[in-house]
Amino acid sequence: MNQVVEISDISKTFEHVQALQNITFEVEKGELFGLIGTDGAGKTTLFRILTTLLLPDSGRATVLGRDAVNEFRQLRPLLGYMPGRFSLYQDLTVEENIQFFASVFGTTLETNYDLVKPIYSQLEPFRDRLAGALSGGMKQKLALSCALIHKPELLILDEPTTGVDAVSRKEFWEMLHHLKQQGITIIASTPYMDEASQCDRVALIQNGKILKISTPDDVAKSFSSTLYGIKSKQRFRLIQTLREYQFAKSVHPFGESVHYADRRGKPDTDELLNYLKGRGIEDATIQMIESTIEDTFMELMEEDSNG
Amino acid sequence: MFGDFTAVNRISFDVQKGEIFGFLGANGAGKTTAIKMLIGLLSPTSGEGHVAGLDINTESEEIKKIIGYMSQRFSLYDDLTVKENIRFYGGIYGLKSDVLRKKYVEILEKVGLQESLNSLVGSLPLGWKQKLAFSISLLHNPKIVFLDEPTGGVDPLTRRQFWEMIYKASEDGITVFVTTHYMDEAEYCDRVSIMVDGNIAALDTPEELKKSFSAKSIEEVFIKLARGAENDDG
Repeated sequence: MNQVVEISDISKTFEHVQALQNITFEVEKGELFGLIGTDGAGKTTLFRILTTLLLPDSGRATVLGRDAVNEFRQLRPLLGYMPGRFSLYQDLTVEENIQFFASVFGTTLETNYDLVKPIYSQLEPFRDRLAGALSGGMKQKLALSCALIHKPELLILDEPTTGVDAVSRKEFWEMLHHLKQQGITIIASTPYMDEASQCDRVALIQNGKILKISTPDDVAKSFSSTLYGIKSKQRFRLIQTLREYQFAKSVHPFGESVHYADRRGKPDTDELLNYLKGRGIEDATIQMIESTIEDTFMELMEEDSNG
Repeated sequence: MFGDFTAVNRISFDVQKGEIFGFLGANGAGKTTAIKMLIGLLSPTSGEGHVAGLDINTESEEIKKIIGYMSQRFSLYDDLTVKENIRFYGGIYGLKSDVLRKKYVEILEKVGLQESLNSLVGSLPLGWKQKLAFSISLLHNPKIVFLDEPTGGVDPLTRRQFWEMIYKASEDGITVFVTTHYMDEAEYCDRVSIMVDGNIAALDTPEELKKSFSAKSIEEVFIKLARGAENDDG
């Protein structure tokens, strides 16, 4: 069995909202699979179906060879799930939390200590602290330890790094790579595009639909036009002025430069710089750049919402 | 100081009128404590500070009237409609009903929520909620607005629309004090400070910071500074 997850044609509706529309994809054994999308895209609904916590309206989900609806009892012990909201017991200590989760799955911290050690050892100096008193990054490490303590075959992480600082985010992903090397399949969702590039494959999801599934490299390269980075000290005016340019296709601020795509495919850069000069932006520089996952994602989002 | 823990240790900085000031730091570095002192919710153990010319030790009630504040976790009431939220906050700041009526239109246009005046805020996508919360924090024309992680979890398109609202506020002369975990957003600020273990470890324009740390991005600067931190937890 090479497919750890097989989702076919899954749909789910809540009252008036279609949370998932005919979702189909597969995840292979040992893969680090990213679900990239924002709040409300349908990621959590999909995860709840995969973890047997929610029934789909239609379609079929097979996880680790078991049907997520009919064989949920056999499936649950094989899954590790870290929900998006911090869901440990805030009024138990660090150590009490992990022992509680171990006991629920009929194991002990000692039995699987080796697996959680790289993560849990960082928490051990604070083992008597209440979980509710930990910082954001530490809470996430504890939640990951608790999701891992029964040695699951598949780990499902719902936005594990939202609200976590850049350093802790980096460390968290280093841990995921380590777990992947141990043969654990991981599905993680994130709103951070830089994390997407660390996955083997990513699915871009928006309004309950999958816009694209591929390797991060391929997603980045599939941006439809040539992309330019334009810089000026007057950034706000630069953005406004570029939007008013007759050939502008997309204009998005990206850190220190503004990413620009032209409706003609390749713009006449001299003419564009002259246009900016004529509007009082004299220090602008323009350079061809490579597109990123975020460029592609925004392009697909715009296409999707324009019908 | 909390017990024997010094959350914020002798920090000093100035923010200019109309400036977009980025306030970065790892989780637990002391950002929230510093913000709470500035907005009058917490008194410093020692030291002094002025916000829009008012003393944070003795004039905290006055400060509350001239600042706007928006936090990521709690800003609006999910079980009230868009209109009711605007009316509620307008009421708190003593806005008259004719002023409020104009504000409804103005805010809805700005946020693009014209059809949702009577929708429950809880039913809106996060990005819209955040844009609405930002507009509401500007209801009483504050001189300074404090935004605590306003874009966490928000999609890349809406994140950028949010920043354009920040630019607009800054053009209108409002000072914007903003925290974020998105390091690309730090580059949108006029100046950025990075807090590590209760101290301000660096403060400059994004360009100068990158130069002095020989880094390609603010993220690199941040990781260099925060990795050196001793206080790994907070």
